[in-house]
Amino acid sequence: MAKKPVTFTLNGSERAAFADDGQNLLEFLRRGVGDLSPKYGCGQGTCGACTVIVDGQTHLSCLMLAEAVQGRRVETASGLATGTLHPLQEAFMEHFAAQCGYCTPGMLMSAKVLLDRNPSPTREDVVEAISGNLCRCTGYEPIIDAILATSNIRRPA
Amino acid sequence: MTVQVENYGTLAEAVRAMGPDAMFMAGGTLVMRDINAGTAPQRIVRTMDPALVDIRASGDTVTVGAGVTMAHILAHRDLGFLSPVARVVGGPQIRNMATVGGNIFALHPYGDFAVALLALGARVVMAGQGLTGPGSARPLEDMLRDRGRTGSTPAIVASIDIPRPRDPRAFGFLKVSRIKPKGVSVMSIAVHLPREGGRIRGARIAFGAMGPTPLRAAAAERVLEGQSLDAATIARATQVACDGLDPPTDALASAWYRREVAGTHLKRLLEKMERG
Repeated sequence: MAKKPVTFTLNGSERAAFADDGQNLLEFLRRGVGDLSPKYGCGQGTCGACTVIVDGQTHLSCLMLAEAVQGRRVETASGLATGTLHPLQEAFMEHFAAQCGYCTPGMLMSAKVLLDRNPSPTREDVVEAISGNLCRCTGYEPIIDAILATSNIRRPA
Repeated sequence: MTVQVENYGTLAEAVRAMGPDAMFMAGGTLVMRDINAGTAPQRIVRTMDPALVDIRASGDTVTVGAGVTMAHILAHRDLGFLSPVARVVGGPQIRNMATVGGNIFALHPYGDFAVALLALGARVVMAGQGLTGPGSARPLEDMLRDRGRTGSTPAIVASIDIPRPRDPRAFGFLKVSRIKPKGVSVMSIAVHLPREGGRIRGARIAFGAMGPTPLRAAAAERVLEGQSLDAATIARATQVACDGLDPPTDALASAWYRREVAGTHLKRLLEKMERG
C-alpha cells in the first residue's frame, strides 16, 4: 500500500507523518501521529465525536482524507490545555457536562469555534453550534450551560 | 479494500483520469463513508482546481462551482435566497465540507439542496464540455434521471447555473425532519412561483424523498399555473401533490405516511409564501 507524506500543523506544532492511501484523518491522527483526543464514533459523519478544527473551521476527521490536511492547521482537544485547563474544559467540569466523556472532545471543538467567532452567543447559537455533535448521556443541557458560562469569562485569544 | 487516491492539478486532467473503476471525491462527506465502509471503487480522483470553488453572478443567473460548500453558500451575499436551504443541510461540520455538486448525487435521506436546485430550474455544466456558451448546460432533471444508471460515461460536474428568483419571496423551501435542529429529512419541498401581474407563470414544485430522486410535482404545478395564490387554489394544488409520485418506505417513514402528509406540508409552505 502506498504511503503518502503529510506535513501539517497540529495544535501549533509542525508535524510530519506518513498516511496510508485512502486513510481518513481520524485514523491518521490517532494511529499515525498519536493524538488520541478525536474519537471514533460512527465512521459515517453522523455523531461528531471525531470533530477537529481545520484552518479555523470544524471538520469531521472521519470524513476527511489525511492527505487533505497537507500544509494546513489542525486543532484537536489535546491542544486546548496549555499548562492549565482551557476555560471551556473548566466549565465542562463545573457544570457536569461530561458523563461518559466520549463526545466531549468533539463538543469542545465545536464550542471553541463558536466562541472564537461569537464571544457572546445566545442559547440558540449554542444549540446550533453543537447540533452536529451527538451526546447520549447528558441530554445536552449541562453542555449548553457550560458553553454559555464560558462565553462570559473567555480569556483573550 | 484498499483504495488509490489520485490528485490532479486541473479539472480537465481529473476528467481524463475518470473511468468505470474510479469515483470523483469533492467534500468527501459521501465518498469517505464508502471508503471507511470498504465499499468504494478502487480509484478515487480528486482535484484542487480553483475553478471548482468559483461563484459568479451574471444577470439573472448565478454560476456556482461544484466544489462550493454549504458554508460558502451561507457566506456569499449574492446567494441569500439559498441560505434557508444550505442552513438545514447537516450540522456545522458537514456544512463546512459538503459541496453543491455532491448534493446532486446524495441519495435520500440526504440531497435536500438538489431539491431546491430542481425547483429553481438549475442547469448542470459538465467538465470538459466547454464551460461557457448556450447548450453546454443540461437541465438538472435530466441529470437526476440518469443518476445511478450504469454504462454512462464517467464524468465530473463542473458547475451549476442557478436562475436567481427575481422576487426572493417567490421561492420557498421546507425540510421536514423529526429531530431539531439537525435531523435527516422525512421529505423536503421546494417551490418557485414567479408571478406576472399577480398570476403565477412558470410554477415549479419539487419534492425530495417522494421517489428515487428529487422529483417535480407536475400535477400540483398545473393547478397553480395562471392562478393567484389564494386558499381555494392552494387546496386544489395540495389535493394532487402526490399524483405521479411514488414515495419510498424506509426507516424514517412509510410510503403511506409520506402520501398522507405531503399535501399538508405543501399547504403549509404555500400558505407561508402567500403571507409573504
